[in-house]
Amino acid sequence: MSDTWRIGPLELESRVLLGTARYPTRAILFDALEASGTQLVTVALRRVRPTGDGEDLYRGLVERGYHLLPNTAGCFTVREAVTTAELAREALGTALVKLEVIADDVTLLPDPEATVRAADQLVQRGFVVLPYTNDDPVTARRLADVGCAAVMPLAAPIGTGLGIRNPHNLELIRALVDVPVIVDAGIGTASDAAIAMELGCDAVLLNTAVARADDPVEMARAMGLAVRAGRAAKRAGRAPRQLMAEASTSMSDVARFAAYESSKEMD
Amino acid sequence: MNVFINDEIAALDDGASVADAVRRFTAHTEGVAVAVNGEVVRRAEWATRLAADDRVEILVATAGG
Repeated sequence: MSDTWRIGPLELESRVLLGTARYPTRAILFDALEASGTQLVTVALRRVRPTGDGEDLYRGLVERGYHLLPNTAGCFTVREAVTTAELAREALGTALVKLEVIADDVTLLPDPEATVRAADQLVQRGFVVLPYTNDDPVTARRLADVGCAAVMPLAAPIGTGLGIRNPHNLELIRALVDVPVIVDAGIGTASDAAIAMELGCDAVLLNTAVARADDPVEMARAMGLAVRAGRAAKRAGRAPRQLMAEASTSMSDVARFAAYESSKEMD
Repeated sequence: MNVFINDEIAALDDGASVADAVRRFTAHTEGVAVAVNGEVVRRAEWATRLAADDRVEILVATAGG
């Protein structure tokens, strides 16, 4: 059953977006990307080093057919984020941008007000904006209102792996905006990713949970399976919850042996 | 003349262009972006000449989340 989704100009089958940072080696990174099934991967933009390392990454990803989603990681102001996005569009030839405007370097939490203003400016400049945001339904709606192509609420702070701290907020966000909802940051293991999808989110963006697993490639595979499983469960529609037990096996036509109880001890 | 490339002093010939500065670091042009004095310089404008003390940023894609 076809279940593609759209983000700006892209039609995607995979609902896993994977970051490219913190892997033990470049070879493990590429194997993990493949194992996850991802089609859209995040990169940062940094000063070139004489080693040429960054160029290798760019070419390695493009040669393998991945779509790139440059981020504005490390930006604290609207101006920094907008300039970084412009540089990324110029370098990578994509209008997609993962907008991050963080409030401080301790919590790495998004600055909601600056994120909305930067998103507004980037939309005006023709970008396909995917903003990293708090799990706040009001901020998410404002981001959608200014024309973002998706909203990306956090499950928990970046790199914590604490899983989904406020599932109700994610459900509210899903109900309040018409654009894709991508859970970004804080996913710790495969069940977190499955829950995000069961809550109705459209995709999951991961990095540390895969890159810092004991076996990143196997965790990438697990994440791909979990996202597919969670998505399938959401589409299937869960059976209702209820307070009291209800036998799944029929209680009628059970053979009864109570009459023999006094004649022979069985327990 | 001296300019700053990624915050380090670099000696370039007088009249050197943005493209000349980029070639110091990489033979590639794709995957590279340049800002001069905080303004993005598009690839089509890399023939633009630099001036002494210009602050040049040369950026490439790196690992990111």
